[in-house]
Amino acid sequence: MLDKAKVARQFIEAIPHANALALKLTDISNGTAVIEMPYDTRLIGDPRTGVIHGGAVSSVMDTCCGAAVMCHPAAPGGTATIDLRIDYMRAATPGQTIVTTATCYHITRNVAFVRATAVDDDTENPVAMATGSFTLEKQF
Amino acid sequence: MNRPRPEPMQVVKQRRDAALRALVDGVPYIQFLGIEFDRRGDELTGLLNFNDTQIGNPFLPAIHGGVTAAFLEVTSIITLSWSYLWPDIESGVINAAQMARGELPNLPKTIGFTVDYLRPGLPRDAYARATVSRAGRRYATVRVEAWQDNRDRLFAQAVGHFRMPQAPRIATRD
Repeated sequence: MLDKAKVARQFIEAIPHANALALKLTDISNGTAVIEMPYDTRLIGDPRTGVIHGGAVSSVMDTCCGAAVMCHPAAPGGTATIDLRIDYMRAATPGQTIVTTATCYHITRNVAFVRATAVDDDTENPVAMATGSFTLEKQF
Repeated sequence: MNRPRPEPMQVVKQRRDAALRALVDGVPYIQFLGIEFDRRGDELTGLLNFNDTQIGNPFLPAIHGGVTAAFLEVTSIITLSWSYLWPDIESGVINAAQMARGELPNLPKTIGFTVDYLRPGLPRDAYARATVSRAGRRYATVRVEAWQDNRDRLFAQAVGHFRMPQAPRIATRD
């Protein structure tokens, strides 16, 4: 179990786009992953308010969901997104780190089902929520 | 015939291209991803210029699913904004000089966005075109498709629901 989390961590940390967003994997075990994205002015989607673009939130959500699949005890290796739905509940507060938590809540031989939540400093009111399905690959 | 003489082509093109450039250049995240827009009349095509930082799986390699989702969302928002700003750009209510000074119109806000991944995104340029399925005063629905080498072989598609900006469309007017 420990090894699976270690392999998944190494994979996530080797993703070029995750590095471009300065993503930080803070927790990964048994089908749950937590990833942080620090505030960065290059990711602004609304220049008037300084709010981060929804696309950047999609990227952390997708990465976090993939990490949750890879560290699930029944996952054979890598994964690819089949579909991902994101609902945006509110604008993330400018200047604050976005923290996403994803859980792989069901897994079959071929498909993994995941949900995720993104929050900023106000952890009681999510910024966005996601649900997705992912393939299971023997290799990475 | 009382019809006014059509404007010179350069005037029309300059006005439309400058407005589009101001709209796109005003958003830092669009620059971060390297997205540009190609305009033919009022039709827009998003262009995702490939670079290595877009990779999500270094072993295949393939474009990150988040980059694909972001590209589709950016194309949806710009296409939707473009279609509702078009009358004001044409009439001169909104002009590029204002926009370049940072007086950008309010943009639609994403409510929900659902992406289907059909094929791996290859490490090369990608294109996307969005269609506004319904444009209401408060809400709009947009479909968007992305492809790489072949227009008929989509690698991703999405549908999004957006909250339309409420008047005034521009924060400050001259």
